[in-house]
Amino acid sequence: MTELLLIASAALGLNLALSLLAMLRQPSAGDRMLSAQLLGTNGVGVMLLLSLAQDQAALLDVALVLALLAAVVVIAFTRRPQEASHD
Amino acid sequence: MTFDALLVLDMLLATLMLMLAIAALHCESLRQGIFLYIVFGLVTALAWARLKAPDVALAEAAIGSGVAGALLLAGLRDRKPRKQKSLLRRPAWQVLTVTYLVIGLALTASWAFLDAQANDVGPRLGAMVQAELANSGVSNPVTAVLLNFRAYDTLLELAVLLAALLGVLALGPERAAPRAAGPVVHHLVAWLTPLLIVTAGYLLWVGAHAPGGAFQAGALLAAAGIVVRLSGNPHNGLPSGIWVRMLAVAGCGVFMFVGLASMGGGANLLQYPANWAGTLILLIEVFATLAITTSLVLVYLGGQPDSWSSGRRKARA
Amino acid sequence: MIDLLSGVLIIGGLFFYVAGTIGLLRLPDTLCRLHAVTKADNLGLGLLAFGLLLQLTDPLSMLKVLLIWILVLAASAAGGQLIARHVQREQEDSS
Repeated sequence: MTELLLIASAALGLNLALSLLAMLRQPSAGDRMLSAQLLGTNGVGVMLLLSLAQDQAALLDVALVLALLAAVVVIAFTRRPQEASHD
Repeated sequence: MTFDALLVLDMLLATLMLMLAIAALHCESLRQGIFLYIVFGLVTALAWARLKAPDVALAEAAIGSGVAGALLLAGLRDRKPRKQKSLLRRPAWQVLTVTYLVIGLALTASWAFLDAQANDVGPRLGAMVQAELANSGVSNPVTAVLLNFRAYDTLLELAVLLAALLGVLALGPERAAPRAAGPVVHHLVAWLTPLLIVTAGYLLWVGAHAPGGAFQAGALLAAAGIVVRLSGNPHNGLPSGIWVRMLAVAGCGVFMFVGLASMGGGANLLQYPANWAGTLILLIEVFATLAITTSLVLVYLGGQPDSWSSGRRKARA
Repeated sequence: MIDLLSGVLIIGGLFFYVAGTIGLLRLPDTLCRLHAVTKADNLGLGLLAFGLLLQLTDPLSMLKVLLIWILVLAASAAGGQLIARHVQREQEDSS
């Protein structure tokens, strides 16, 4: 089981890297924000897998904090540019 | 098979960190640089998790990635937009100097590491901490080091934070708040804020026996304040007048008070009485959390909020 | 048996994550890419979370995993909407 978890975390890490490269190819603002979203879910996935693979329950807390801060960062990005916002 | 997968993940994380750092310096616009910095923080948190350091991973995710990213974005707004000079277009002597410095640093660090591994350098820090852990009042070694064995360092850290806060407060009134948000942001913030607060309380409580602690909890609470602010709420969650001042100073103040009070029995500064250590550490952590939250939110606001003084001031446009 | 089920769920989750990244690479428009990222990745995370849930024994940990999953779902739903509106506004501004 541990091997599967580690292989899965390596695969997700690769996924993260590839999506980052994909994002860097089109640097428009909207793509940046959706990358923030994507990295949030990917990062949380890797953290969950690592928590079980390394048998450290504390990494679940880290995953929780990552998910929360990903939400905060998305709000910070989308609220930033225009103060004349009517969303 | 296990070894291969771990190696792949580690190499991936290391390469990603390097590439993100270079890309963040090389980008054309500061907004992209800030975004890459936030991603760098996330990858660093993953690296800390791989290094089996959950406390640092928590702090990196909360402060290094989240709050710092929000702060940078807020600061970006105050700048006049101008083209960012990419790293590779700087004069050659600058690039060469930095490259040589970085190589020198890497070589020195590698030599120190290999030398320590080869020779016997005396008792290792981890073993020393574990030996004294039972006397420290907590069972998490990181908290024991931060708030008991090296409490003086943490006291000075809080003092540095207070000094930075005073610098920001000297700038004058706060930045203008974003306009009121629509229903989506409102409802998102409505459940996100209580969740952030509860998680902060959980991290503060659990810091005594598991990864967590005052800094991480303070950062999460500050994120709650930032998010409330971003939703266009004129209040930012902080109290007004004398109370916000007391909260900002409370971290340093309570710490110093406990340290000085411990001297009453003839002990040294910050030498807690043995059977009170756990309670005192919790007390210090509570006020440190509140102080860190207040400082981070005030720094995010960029100056003195409307509620700072009795006379109303117009917010900086 | 539980391990087998866990393994299947985790691999299923990985498949959806990769599908999301492929969508990111191949889809033509920002809004379409938003679809791929928000939906596929969340489904991947859900399958991953359930696969891991089967492996846990401590009720507090199981609760945390469930909380993380629901939190990411709700935050992605709201976040996706915010991003989409931001992109639309930018397209209107530039056109």
